[in-house]
Amino acid sequence: MNNFVLLPIIIPFFFGMVLMFGQKSLRFQRGGAMFGLILAFISAVSLLFTVKNEGVQKITFGGWPEPFGITMVSDMVSALLVTTTLLLAIFIVWYSFSSIGTAREHFYYYPAIMMIITGVNGAFTTGDIFNMFVFFEVLLMASYVLIVLGGTRAQLAGSIKYILINVISSALFVIAIAYLYAIIGTLNMADISVKIAEINQPAIITVIAVLFLMVFGLKAAIFPLYFWLPTSYAAAPPPVLALFGALLTKVGVYAIMRTYTLFFIHDTAYTHELLLWLSVFTILAGCIGALAYFDVKQIIIYNIVIAVGVILFGVAQMNETGLQGAMFYLIHDMIIKAALFMLVGIIVYKTGTTNLRKMGGLMKSSPTLGWFYLIAAFGLAGIPPLSGFVGKLLIAKGGFEAGNTWSSLFVLATSLLVLLSVIRIFIYAFWGEEKPVQPILTNAETTKLFIPTAIVIIISIAYGVGAEYLTPFMSDAGRLLADPSIYVDAVLKGE
Amino acid sequence: MEIIMAFVIGFLFMAAVYLMLSRSLLRIIIGTGLLSHGAHLLILTMGGLGGSAPPVLADGVEDFADPLPQALILTAIVISFGVTAFFLVLAYRSYQELNTDDISEMKGGDEEDE
Repeated sequence: MNNFVLLPIIIPFFFGMVLMFGQKSLRFQRGGAMFGLILAFISAVSLLFTVKNEGVQKITFGGWPEPFGITMVSDMVSALLVTTTLLLAIFIVWYSFSSIGTAREHFYYYPAIMMIITGVNGAFTTGDIFNMFVFFEVLLMASYVLIVLGGTRAQLAGSIKYILINVISSALFVIAIAYLYAIIGTLNMADISVKIAEINQPAIITVIAVLFLMVFGLKAAIFPLYFWLPTSYAAAPPPVLALFGALLTKVGVYAIMRTYTLFFIHDTAYTHELLLWLSVFTILAGCIGALAYFDVKQIIIYNIVIAVGVILFGVAQMNETGLQGAMFYLIHDMIIKAALFMLVGIIVYKTGTTNLRKMGGLMKSSPTLGWFYLIAAFGLAGIPPLSGFVGKLLIAKGGFEAGNTWSSLFVLATSLLVLLSVIRIFIYAFWGEEKPVQPILTNAETTKLFIPTAIVIIISIAYGVGAEYLTPFMSDAGRLLADPSIYVDAVLKGE
Repeated sequence: MEIIMAFVIGFLFMAAVYLMLSRSLLRIIIGTGLLSHGAHLLILTMGGLGGSAPPVLADGVEDFADPLPQALILTAIVISFGVTAFFLVLAYRSYQELNTDDISEMKGGDEEDE
């Protein structure tokens, strides 16, 4: 029993409700959002250290005995993800102050951000599969508001597809839960794990496993199901895009990670082999997209797809090294995607276009921006000692240990394509002759945007260089994912 | 009884897919409504239709309905109600803005690379 587990969910929720009032005062809106996020971040960090020192923390609502009540579980995986989410949200909100526009700020922008954080943290923390569906809906509802807020033509057209896809995937999620409940008769995730192990995963459970992969794959944008992502995300304004790119698909990835390491682990020859091939094709499809476009937003959006593939490749290895690598890479990708979308946002605000062919020569007017972009690009590609390196190294090592030599080599080779796709932005936008542009924001305003962006990039450098200090946390997370009995024992037998 | 329910659910899904494949936005929204109705009925059926008494805790009671699927459906209905309401408002708003309810004419997000 530890009420602390709930604080990173309750605090954003509370501030989200408070901020629905007082829409006229910008100071109240901005200050309230920032204060709430910092408060939640502090509680998440202390929760992280509690989990590190004392093991998995949990709380069951209503004081019910364990498999019956809704349990919230904070283990190393979820504590790390919750902390990263709140950290990034602070900087994205800071970035929004001078970029999102006062019209949106006056119209429930900050409450929607707080609600999306509530949903994301809830989905990371919950220990009940139906409760996960509810938190998914909370974050989706807030994301519908954010993607359509402002009501421009592109936003309306893009958001209709986004909502339709998510409504269908939510219906599929409910269907998958119904099937699982019919066979297992429980909704507590630890209890499901025990019951599936007892009946040794008959074929019908494998079918349900594939159904769950489809549901979460739609949210995470894996290979055949990523088609909705580029058009819908491109419609969102840069700060919202940074928030979505850093957090939303990662919730789907986390859900696949959790279900495929806790529930469906007795027929890995089928389920994890499927996941392996899907992740390889996801990387391939992402690379093709990232190289094909001359639109800066699209290039980075397709890099989300690539990263999802790399993380799931680590999960598909199903050994401790691969899973630890997947954790390392997941956190890295959240940070670096936020940084890249913020940088690309600044480029778009400076040039007034997303088309690379209409840009050029930014190096003369803003050299610092150029160098920071180059660092972020190298970090994304995983050049040592920057942040992507450790994760990718461990994922490839896990792949070799599991005997997937060729696919591991493929994953490593695609790093070069990733590098090429982001360096193209550097070459076209920063090098060459200066071209006539219509800036959306003045230089003084983009400098204000640059401060939070630079801090996020510095965090990502620290994440790569200081990987040694993070290893104890990550190896705890890897061990927990590789051995479901730790999670199960902590939930069902603890106290 | 479960067999009949399976056909009812299957029919709802069929109608939902047919409606969602059409081009009119309003038909698509009705389709999503039917899809979630089908999913809710599926939860009810999957929980088992047996049991005739309310699940009140007492000694020696053998015949009672499973309360959990009902709680799940209640939650799911509320959520899908909210989402459908939002979707309808969005459809109306985009009809005003884009002057069409034809989904194939809504190409705001796709920027062609010249």
